[in-house]
Amino acid sequence: MELIEPAGQRRHAIRAAFPATIPVMTGYVCLGIAYGFLMSNAGYGPLWVAAVSMIVYSGSIQFVGIGLLTAPFAPVQAGLIAVMVGARHMFYALSFLDKYRDMGRVRPLLICMLTDETFSILSALTPPPSVSERDFCFWVSLLDYSYWTIGGVLGAALGEVLTFNTTGMDFALTALFVVLFLEQWKKKENRLPGLIGLGCTLVCLAVFGADNLVIPAMILVTAVLLGGRKWLCG
Amino acid sequence: MAVRLNAVQTVLTIAALAAGTQLTRWLPFWVFRKDPPAVVTYLSHVLPAASMGLLVIYCLRSVAWTAAPHGAPELLAIAAVAALHWWKGNVLLSIAGGTALYMLLVQVVFA
Repeated sequence: MELIEPAGQRRHAIRAAFPATIPVMTGYVCLGIAYGFLMSNAGYGPLWVAAVSMIVYSGSIQFVGIGLLTAPFAPVQAGLIAVMVGARHMFYALSFLDKYRDMGRVRPLLICMLTDETFSILSALTPPPSVSERDFCFWVSLLDYSYWTIGGVLGAALGEVLTFNTTGMDFALTALFVVLFLEQWKKKENRLPGLIGLGCTLVCLAVFGADNLVIPAMILVTAVLLGGRKWLCG
Repeated sequence: MAVRLNAVQTVLTIAALAAGTQLTRWLPFWVFRKDPPAVVTYLSHVLPAASMGLLVIYCLRSVAWTAAPHGAPELLAIAAVAALHWWKGNVLLSIAGGTALYMLLVQVVFA
């Protein structure tokens, strides 16, 4: 990697960033292992897992992606699902418009590495005075990124040596979304939008069936949210 | 789970996933140099919760509610995830506990 600052400054920045990322390390390594394991079961080895984790770098989208890699070829739908599953990134990006305005050469990397967990650390913590905000953001982002990739490769490697009945393990994805839904539910103003998401998608499931669910549901949810803006804003 | 894409299809699918993902990260930075319009800010506040609701249903889209066991493993495991999450509030524990219960239900109890 290119040096972005003198070595002493870099050590300072890593020393400030690392402790902040420890909770993320446990989470990313564990979920990464689960992901790598499932990918291995779908027939994709550690190299594939490393590649996907490094260029997609989004747990929820990668878990959904396993299903898409083991279904008939549909790249457009894959892209749309990624946009929908990743919609919350837009919220993070909007919140960081100012923060990430003057980040110089690392700005594109910071944007590429903006995940739920990195966002939550960086929006909650500020670096000590001896470390620049840019370096702190960069090292938190890069450490998180490496945990996720390492976890995935470990899981994929484990998947090649361990065999047990993994039927039902893909429920981890459902569980993840249920948890994220509940996290949103904690805030009162999120409850109605959450219920609109559930309800509109159920309607689309009944009308369009399981195979053509995503696009109509996205449209209906957005339309209802826009139509109900007056009530939801209050 | 029987289908396996060939290498080119796999690469294209991964590229589509990556493009979609990165689009969600970049779009606001490209579009809004200054303050975004109110409707965009509004959507960015309500869409995350709504899309989680959408995704929960998306994950359950293939459950056969009319045939035995009528979605019982899914509903029980979701209840377990919710209970664990309210009790401990630990994301990993909730996911691991719910998934373990689900695997037990589909492999042993309702097998």
